[in-house]
Amino acid sequence: MAKITFIEHNNIEHVAEFEAGTTLMQLAVTNAVPGIDGDCGGECACGTCHMIVDQQWFDKTGEIADDEEQMLSMTPERAGTSRLGCQVKITEAMDGMRVYLPEFQM
Amino acid sequence: MANKSQQVTVIVGGGHAAGALLAALLQGRYPHEVVLVGEEPHPPYQRPPLSKHYLAGEVEQESLYLKPRSLYDNAGYQLRLGVRVEQIDRDSKTVKLSDHSMIRYDHLVLATGSQVRRLTSPGAELKGIYYLHDIADADALREALVPGKRLVIVGGGFVGLEVAASAVKKGVSVTVLEAAERLMQRVTGPEMSAFFCARHRDAGVEVRLDTGVTGFETGDHGRVAGVRLANGDTVPADIVLVSIGVIPDTALAEAAGLACDGGILVDEFTRTDDPAILAIGDCTRHRNLFFEDRLRLESVANAVDQARTAAAILMGEDKPYDSVPWFWSNQYDIRLQMVGLSQGHDQRVMRGSPADKGFAVFYLRDGRVIAVDAVNLPIAFMVGKQLVQRRQAVSPDVLSDPHTDLKSLL
Ligand SMILES: Cc1cc2nc3c(=O)[nH]c(=O)nc-3n(C[C@H](O)[C@H](O)[C@H](O)COP(=O)(O)OP(=O)(O)OC[C@H]3O[C@@H](n4cnc5c(N)ncnc54)[C@H](O)[C@@H]3O)c2cc1C
Ligand code: FES
Repeated sequence: MAKITFIEHNNIEHVAEFEAGTTLMQLAVTNAVPGIDGDCGGECACGTCHMIVDQQWFDKTGEIADDEEQMLSMTPERAGTSRLGCQVKITEAMDGMRVYLPEFQM
Repeated sequence: MANKSQQVTVIVGGGHAAGALLAALLQGRYPHEVVLVGEEPHPPYQRPPLSKHYLAGEVEQESLYLKPRSLYDNAGYQLRLGVRVEQIDRDSKTVKLSDHSMIRYDHLVLATGSQVRRLTSPGAELKGIYYLHDIADADALREALVPGKRLVIVGGGFVGLEVAASAVKKGVSVTVLEAAERLMQRVTGPEMSAFFCARHRDAGVEVRLDTGVTGFETGDHGRVAGVRLANGDTVPADIVLVSIGVIPDTALAEAAGLACDGGILVDEFTRTDDPAILAIGDCTRHRNLFFEDRLRLESVANAVDQARTAAAILMGEDKPYDSVPWFWSNQYDIRLQMVGLSQGHDQRVMRGSPADKGFAVFYLRDGRVIAVDAVNLPIAFMVGKQLVQRRQAVSPDVLSDPHTDLKSLL
């Protein structure tokens, strides 16, 4: 099974097995990864699914659309490889990816 | 989880608020016994897609569930689904269920939500008249929305308009009847109402404002054939959706003698007037530190924020609920994000216009931003959230000037 590792701000790791087609937010929520709320259910409307993708994997996560960029620009712990988890569709190429979680969400 | 102590927390209702409460308890590794009693056969799920992607057939039922059921099972939290709580006995601290079993509680959390407001006008019982509140309703409506059928929607609020957008995309002919002089009147300003009205009409939806409904015409086999209007006209219909708002479900709380007044009355910690009972979500009217008034809200944001406050109380932490209300809606390619409450504003300021890719309306009172409605302009929503939280005074010229960077206001 392909896996993605979520790392909390206190370095606790959560390994989640995935099937391509869901989003990073859904994967985190269905695996009870703490700190990812996903309150709007993936509508890019709440900003509670902020994640920071490991630099090496960032180019696998696809383009950031303008609306996502606007939401991200106001997230408190914005980093160069920040994404809204609900806007990243998981592909097979993400097997082994590492994703860091901020301390706070919106 | 081994070694549970004997404390029992019972949650009544299995909707979004109850689901968010379970999620927060899971996250906090709440060590006590938790039993959720939910009338619907589903684990806690999200309702917003019921009028949007789910109705349009774009997502599966499983994807509505807030968490897979196995997560609750693994944590030892019990879900008793398809059963109602019929009665609360506060003296013995027990609840009585529809299957005649009893559960003793140390803490009780009421998350009974709301029920759709129903019409009682002549013909309201005919076949082909639908309401939309749960998965079963959405399944039935989805099946009825066949291309070429005529759908008449009574009520031009969020749910009605979202269904209109989903249905017209499927090739259903759609008419929206709104009793007020504009759409979504209760929650937004005239500019937004006019914008949404124009977009629906462009998409082929017939929108009739100032249009009251007095009853329904009977067709063959007890099916609805039309909607009768206050002005004497009849609008022919194969399917009718009535979406005229919801009523908080307070029956259980009232019968138990808890203070209710248009919602179960709770303070900023979700506490009712019984120290053993909390209440969260659509069923409550809460003291809001931010608005200095009791508020009843029907939104996911309110349900999850109150759930997190209740979870904190159960885990021995007092964190008042003081979030600014917010809401979203999707219709066509429009994402509306709203923050704050615009009632009582004395000035509206437009940033951009409906002709632009995105625009926003700022609502001010005494020069301070009290609410923002943003259409495809998330930055206005995000900055607006901060402005409203801080009750910040901002010059209208600055808000409307497309050259000011909104972020620079913070
Ligand atoms: C079609 C639709 C679209 C929506 N879209 C949006 C949106 O875009 N954005 C947004 O913010 N909000 C939206 N909402 C509102 C949002 O879904 C609600 O505010 C939210 O679900 C409230 O959660 P709740 O848990 O308080 O109540 P509910 O979700 O109503 O859950 C209450 C549950 O308790 C059960 N129950 C009641 N009494 C008992 C009892 N005695 N015993 C056992 N079980 C009981 C009920 O059967 C129900 O399942 C929408 C709602 C609908 C219906
Ligand atoms: S889940 Fe709401 S923005 Fe991603």
